Amino acid sequence: MAKGIRDKVAILGMGCSKFGERWDMNAEDLMVEAYVEALSDAGIETKQIDAAWLGTGIEEQHVGKSAVPLAVALRLPFIPVTRVENFCASGTEAFRGAVYAVASGAADIALALGVEKLKDTGYGGLPQRGRGTVNNMTWPNLSAPGSFAQLAAAYRAKHGASPEDLKRAMAHVSVKSHDNGAKNPKAHLRNKIDIDTVLKAPMIAEPLGLFDCCGVSDGSACAIVTTPEIARSLGKTDLITVKALQLAVSNGSEAQHNSWDGSYFATTRIAAKRAYAEAGIEKPRDEVSLVEVHDCFSITELVTMEDLYLSPEGGAIRDILDGFYDADGQLPCQIDGGLKCFGHPIGASGLRMIYEMYLQMLGRAGERQRQETPRIGMTHNLGGFPHQNVCSISIVGRYEG
Amino acid sequence: MSFGILSYGAYVPRLRLQRKVIADANSWFNAALKGLGKGERAMANWDEDPVTMAVEAARDALVGHDRDGVTAVTLASTTFPFLDRLNAGVVTGALSLDESTASNDISGTQRAGTTALLQALNSRGQTLVAAAEKRDSNAASPLEMQTGDGAAALLIGEGEPVAKLLASSTRSADFVDHFRTIDSGTDYGWEERWIRDAGYMTIVPPAIKAALDKAGLTPADVNHFVMPAVLPKLANAMAKKAGVPDAAVRDNLSAVCGDTGAAHALVMLVHALEQAKPGERILVVGFGQGVDVMVFEVTPANEKKTGRLGVSGHLARRREETNYNKFLAFNDVVEIERGMRSEADKLTALSAMWRNRGAVTSFTGGKCEKCGTLQYPISRICVNPNCGAVDTQKPEPFADKTGRVNSYTADRLTYSPDPPACYGMIQFEEGGRWMMDFTDVDEKDLEVGRNMRMMFRVKDIDNQRGFRRYFWKAAPVAAGGN
Repeated sequence: MAKGIRDKVAILGMGCSKFGERWDMNAEDLMVEAYVEALSDAGIETKQIDAAWLGTGIEEQHVGKSAVPLAVALRLPFIPVTRVENFCASGTEAFRGAVYAVASGAADIALALGVEKLKDTGYGGLPQRGRGTVNNMTWPNLSAPGSFAQLAAAYRAKHGASPEDLKRAMAHVSVKSHDNGAKNPKAHLRNKIDIDTVLKAPMIAEPLGLFDCCGVSDGSACAIVTTPEIARSLGKTDLITVKALQLAVSNGSEAQHNSWDGSYFATTRIAAKRAYAEAGIEKPRDEVSLVEVHDCFSITELVTMEDLYLSPEGGAIRDILDGFYDADGQLPCQIDGGLKCFGHPIGASGLRMIYEMYLQMLGRAGERQRQETPRIGMTHNLGGFPHQNVCSISIVGRYEG
Repeated sequence: MSFGILSYGAYVPRLRLQRKVIADANSWFNAALKGLGKGERAMANWDEDPVTMAVEAARDALVGHDRDGVTAVTLASTTFPFLDRLNAGVVTGALSLDESTASNDISGTQRAGTTALLQALNSRGQTLVAAAEKRDSNAASPLEMQTGDGAAALLIGEGEPVAKLLASSTRSADFVDHFRTIDSGTDYGWEERWIRDAGYMTIVPPAIKAALDKAGLTPADVNHFVMPAVLPKLANAMAKKAGVPDAAVRDNLSAVCGDTGAAHALVMLVHALEQAKPGERILVVGFGQGVDVMVFEVTPANEKKTGRLGVSGHLARRREETNYNKFLAFNDVVEIERGMRSEADKLTALSAMWRNRGAVTSFTGGKCEKCGTLQYPISRICVNPNCGAVDTQKPEPFADKTGRVNSYTADRLTYSPDPPACYGMIQFEEGGRWMMDFTDVDEKDLEVGRNMRMMFRVKDIDNQRGFRRYFWKAAPVAAGGN
């Protein structure tokens, strides 16, 4: 196996815009908002950046194609800039591009920025859009909630969970994230809710109600990365380094081969194993101190806890209801509110998760700061559908070198 | 070996609109509609049209029959979805018939179904005759009450017939009891009493007599008198005038289905065949700008059980619909606010549709010759994680396989003409699966493990260009097994 990138790259600075319905902002304005914070945090100037990556998912709704929008918005000095798109993992993909560039030595300092301006469609929810010329002829007109809702049907069938128990655990996931989001000034949704509100909400896609679905938001997040050596030379002392970056992409076996039962993410299990190996983690439930997962829907978070080997298979309902993943639990999940409440500007989400890890590890998370400073943080992004998706996992932690 | 009807089948959509709700909504305007407000009419789902109904009727007729023998497909309708695209060609593709199959549309009269049947009976080769109709009607019109949507199909050829044609006769007459043009959209009809007296009662009897004379039969020899007519008791009056016993007059299915237009003579014929005993004679009348009369004799081969649903089975596959507004919306009689999500472009790349016709129209997948894995769609590289062989797949038909629900949802967010959109992963036991739309399903009936059959349906309607594309959807297997 390849050696991986553990501890080869450090985060020099990060920034994140406020997420939400930013009616007064173009995507370009949101980029600048995240970038200015990251640049100031890094303590460098634009001209020191050697290369940049832009992550955005539904570019046809805002900036259009190519990397040009990032270069123009930030006035980057004719450096190499690349746009990446990998569904909802686009932000982490931009990060991977920048990190790999630094790890390879091709760049000393690289920038990753994710952005999405979703609130220009004229209606709620994600944009309705085609799936490609050929897919359009056979795929259902499936929405994101409709495709992820199916996890619940298959999960119940596999584990014999009652609809009520599963729905209650899913509701706890959302209530917990609303509690956390309320403490985050940059979060889109900052209201606390109770279980009953979740259970009685209008149905979106059976069994997902309104509060089982994450916010559809505008926002941007940004990371500037370099080597630990350069970071030190620039005066940084407490370094957060990348321990693992993994991506697993469906090859059609879940969608076309009967070896997958529909109740879990095949990609997540594969990416998690590789990421733990790359980071040198043997007992994730004990060793990971903070996790941000792709909680696009409550059921996604629930099954992901098992797919990341944090809860035993079939055991997520119990862990969730026991408060294991609450902000004051043993392993907080979505301490910043998650996609659910921080919001989900697609291309920005992966970088937003890393931003939270970064703040928590440096003790800069304000009211929501975890008392015991986390040492190992894991972020998880999913893009696509349970039956065909991309899963990216990053693990970051304090640099001990 | 002899020539005749080798097999038959039918299709009636599952939804049955209660006529009372139509009458309740419209009798403020036309009090006479109250009298018609009894029973139910077959109502096509939003994703059904004459092409999809013909496909289902044809599949019903072909149960247990080798499709390789079919040399021609004739489709009769006055409500073809396409004016210039061979509708029978879509049916031929959906049935995965050989490309050497001749296909042909017959239209222009309510008699189109019997004319298609008569042509097949007078030709050589094996012809699959299908007739299907889904007539547009104005709100508050009698036609809205009287008609129903449906289809029938008969396989004609050399073999062991279930019924043989004894004789036939035809008359042509430009008797315009009603007409429909592109401009009119719906039927414009003349006074019923004139239609009855100067039309049916004048034009039909000589043709009946001619056919019976040719067959060497007397009117009393007729056991089943098949004549669609929406005018009450007209068939009985006709039988009386022709000398056919009143007991032979077949139920026109008005109470349970409605008149299926150009398909109805064949729907009623299939219904008669389902009940007829060997040796019995069936006389079929198809009226419209003239008349077709056919006299059949049922053979002992008709006693054989085939597994078809037929008219009776499809009538039993039924769900009451009491929402008249839904009927109006399905048929674009009222324009409902469909929301911005409905605006997504449904353009079909015709080149891609042709290239993928096996997967899309015929629902053909692949079977890896190396590892045996079935998969949909066919692809260059085997999907089996332990195989991955290149270019080893042979075409594998999936349309007649039964799948089961692996996961599902009822989606209220995405656009559907009939929300919630139900869809999910369908898994075929022998191998292969696909995330696909469900149809003819109620949300409460969704469950993992449920058996589903494949049905050919309208996938999307492209209102911007007037096009519609077809694909296969999963529907719950009916209690009868089909």
